[in-house]
Amino acid sequence: MSETFQEISPADFFYRNRDIAGFTNPSRAIYSTIRELVENSLDACEINGILPEIYIRISPEKEPTSDPSIYKIRIEDNGSGIPSNIIPSAFGQVLFGSKYKLRQTRGTFGLGGKMAVLYGQITTHGQAKIISSIGGPKSYEYTLTMDIQKNRPIVIKNKTHRNKSQWHGTIVEFTTEADYSRAMAKILDYLKQTAIVVPYANLTFVDPKGRFYKFDRATTLMPKPPTETIPHPHGIDIETLKRMIEATNSRTMKDFMKRHFQRVGESTARKFLEFADISYKRKPKNLTPEEIVKFVYAVKNYEGFLSPDATCLSPLGKELLNTGIKKELNPEFIAVHQRRPAAYSGYPFIVEVGVAYGGEIPKSAGILLYRFANRIPLLFDEASDISYKVTNDMMNWRHYRVLPDTPLAVFVHICSTKIPYKTVGKEFIADRPEVEHEVINALREVARHLSLYLSKKHHMEREKKRLDVFSKYLPKIARFSTKLAKKKKIPDVKKLMRSAARYAKEE
Amino acid sequence: MPRKSKKKQRKGAVKERKEKVISFLQNFGEKTYDQIVSGEFPWTKIPSRSINNIFYDEKLRQYILGDRSVKRTARNIRHIRPLTQLIWIGMFVDELSRQSKTSTLRDVYYSAQAYEMSFTDQQESDNLITDLETVIGYSREDFNVFPEERSAIFGDLTVEYTLPGYEGNKLNLTSHPDGMMIGPALTSSELVNCKADKVIAIEKGGLFTRFIEEKVHTKHKALLIHTAGQAPRATRGFLKRLNRELKLPVYIFTDGDPWGMHIAMVIISGSANAAHLRDLNTPDAKWFGVWATDIVDYKLPSDQLTELDVKRLHELKKDPRYEGKLWKKEIDTFIKINKKAEQEAFSRYGLTYIVDEYLPAKLEIAESL
Repeated sequence: MSETFQEISPADFFYRNRDIAGFTNPSRAIYSTIRELVENSLDACEINGILPEIYIRISPEKEPTSDPSIYKIRIEDNGSGIPSNIIPSAFGQVLFGSKYKLRQTRGTFGLGGKMAVLYGQITTHGQAKIISSIGGPKSYEYTLTMDIQKNRPIVIKNKTHRNKSQWHGTIVEFTTEADYSRAMAKILDYLKQTAIVVPYANLTFVDPKGRFYKFDRATTLMPKPPTETIPHPHGIDIETLKRMIEATNSRTMKDFMKRHFQRVGESTARKFLEFADISYKRKPKNLTPEEIVKFVYAVKNYEGFLSPDATCLSPLGKELLNTGIKKELNPEFIAVHQRRPAAYSGYPFIVEVGVAYGGEIPKSAGILLYRFANRIPLLFDEASDISYKVTNDMMNWRHYRVLPDTPLAVFVHICSTKIPYKTVGKEFIADRPEVEHEVINALREVARHLSLYLSKKHHMEREKKRLDVFSKYLPKIARFSTKLAKKKKIPDVKKLMRSAARYAKEE
Repeated sequence: MPRKSKKKQRKGAVKERKEKVISFLQNFGEKTYDQIVSGEFPWTKIPSRSINNIFYDEKLRQYILGDRSVKRTARNIRHIRPLTQLIWIGMFVDELSRQSKTSTLRDVYYSAQAYEMSFTDQQESDNLITDLETVIGYSREDFNVFPEERSAIFGDLTVEYTLPGYEGNKLNLTSHPDGMMIGPALTSSELVNCKADKVIAIEKGGLFTRFIEEKVHTKHKALLIHTAGQAPRATRGFLKRLNRELKLPVYIFTDGDPWGMHIAMVIISGSANAAHLRDLNTPDAKWFGVWATDIVDYKLPSDQLTELDVKRLHELKKDPRYEGKLWKKEIDTFIKINKKAEQEAFSRYGLTYIVDEYLPAKLEIAESL
């Protein structure tokens, strides 16, 4: 018997391996569905500098019995919209998307939104309805399903509507199987944390019981959108290089390097090619496979490149991080810090952190950790995350006056053109020494501010207690001694109170 | 006639002492008052009662305080509360003294609560009373604060009360066969007539009663005092008065063990705790038994010394109050025979033996000491 070899489509592949994309079971699936669609919506707004308005609704499709059950999902955004001809592929073809360039975006694999639709389709045999407009005179409505084996959308219906109000945005609606009752806490947590890291968005959520959750924006300030960039030499591999050579029309290696790599100029290109022992006059398309390998090997070992350009990144910024934390957690004290850009393996990244103390932050056994990557909250596998390790194992909090029962929350946001996730599920950040270094230094910085605040607060509390003691006893001494001395008039202790307050300041 | 003039003088002594206490208290109040008026944080100096400021005075034959003192000031956050409490206690006892009322330590503790001056515990309030004693140099009984009483006296002494409502009333202390309690009414009385020529202080109540039953007070012309263990200050003060005012020799009879020995010593030489006070000890008082040598000489039923007893004996050996030859000999004998005996041990020879045989013999020895 001979084995049969069979090619499978990407859609088929992910259908068979839906676990790796976060669709393990009906509870995890509904969480991933909401999350992927919200993230797509946020991206669609931010890239064009639109203040996001996102509406999410999960409603029972039939008489609710017990979970898992069939629900209808509807997500509306006011993003830039999808051009009419692209809509079917954008929702019906896995690994089709706008996210294959080097740019800081939430999604990395162009997979999530489609997986959500795909999962809905395989669990309910339903169709997805997409309505979108880029703000022109018309909006477009598609009803479609996915041909999983061929990885192609099948359009069942399409309609064109007039769009007098010049609305732009996208509405997605489909049915899916979900275990909402088990996923509820995580979904709410996700929305709350999203509201922290996207404080300029209005998020509205209506759950299957008709409960209404609203996360209002606290600012209209938005971070500057991320820009597209060309790769840094340290970020390439043989395959990437081959594709770049394929696409280039440079005639010399020197020109190729200057045009297609970031932060490579005349002199760097020359010096590197000399180091790599490849003539700068050589035509890229004529490189032999051996030379390609030699080039990539030399890139890894050459130390003369400038570090990756971080201007393409879009960190949240101290002000927005502060706003987000304040809006959702209302703590007594916040300190935020943004590190200068750093790089790992040719990818620039920026670490931003915050600490929040007291106020509405609950006293818990440990430090509450909020992790974000490219403005996505990370909710699972906390203990495997680098930030968890830094926060719980490497930081000496006692040194900063933080005791085990101090109500404290720590926020870590990492933005990069490529977040070093360990899995497709985008849940935790790998243990990179460069990242670890940035996170711990950032945390130390905010912890220093916290420590100062706590020390001042402690001092003021002590001072108040001290003066309370004086104001309790001085009048008594005055009263008792008057009586003991057989005098009539009780002496005034105001002067003594004033000097008690004064010398306290000196000490 | 000389007798009458003596009486007058004595009467003056009790009154004078009271007036002095009241004026010291008022001075304390005035000083504090003036400090506040002049914009100064009130403060007071208190002689230090710490162990390194307590010395044994050979001349006075008691412990005294050295020159070291501590300044307690309202400027210091840790001092202001105890200083306030001290002034409050001053005010409180001033009232007591003026109205000739008395109070117990426990009373003081509770009374404070009416002034929002609660003490953390009894100990704190007791310590502050000791502070006040130190500041004005008089013992708490002088400003009418008494501990719970348990000590008693019996014998042919007539006293005259000075207590309001009883002023001028006289009482002979043989009137009640259980003895009279040595409390504020008695200690504030004038001693007007005494037929006894000595005082015998007895550690245990059982023996005290036996002595009354056996008429030791007439047979030996003695005032009998029950110390009920370690003698309360009021009793020690009263013993001192009997000794000084009536010139009566004082003899002490305790259990034959280091603890009994020390009861006698505190009556004679005072305690370190009262180093800030005078007139509580009777340096000429004599301890006549039960001695360690009595255990041997009288073949008394005895118990073995415990570890704690032995440890205590070694402590006493180093104590400057135990310098005397008799003390040293008895301590060494206790250690040597490793035995102790209670006062009641004499009962093996019959109930009256102790009064008929032992007491006369030992009093004779004690007199010669």
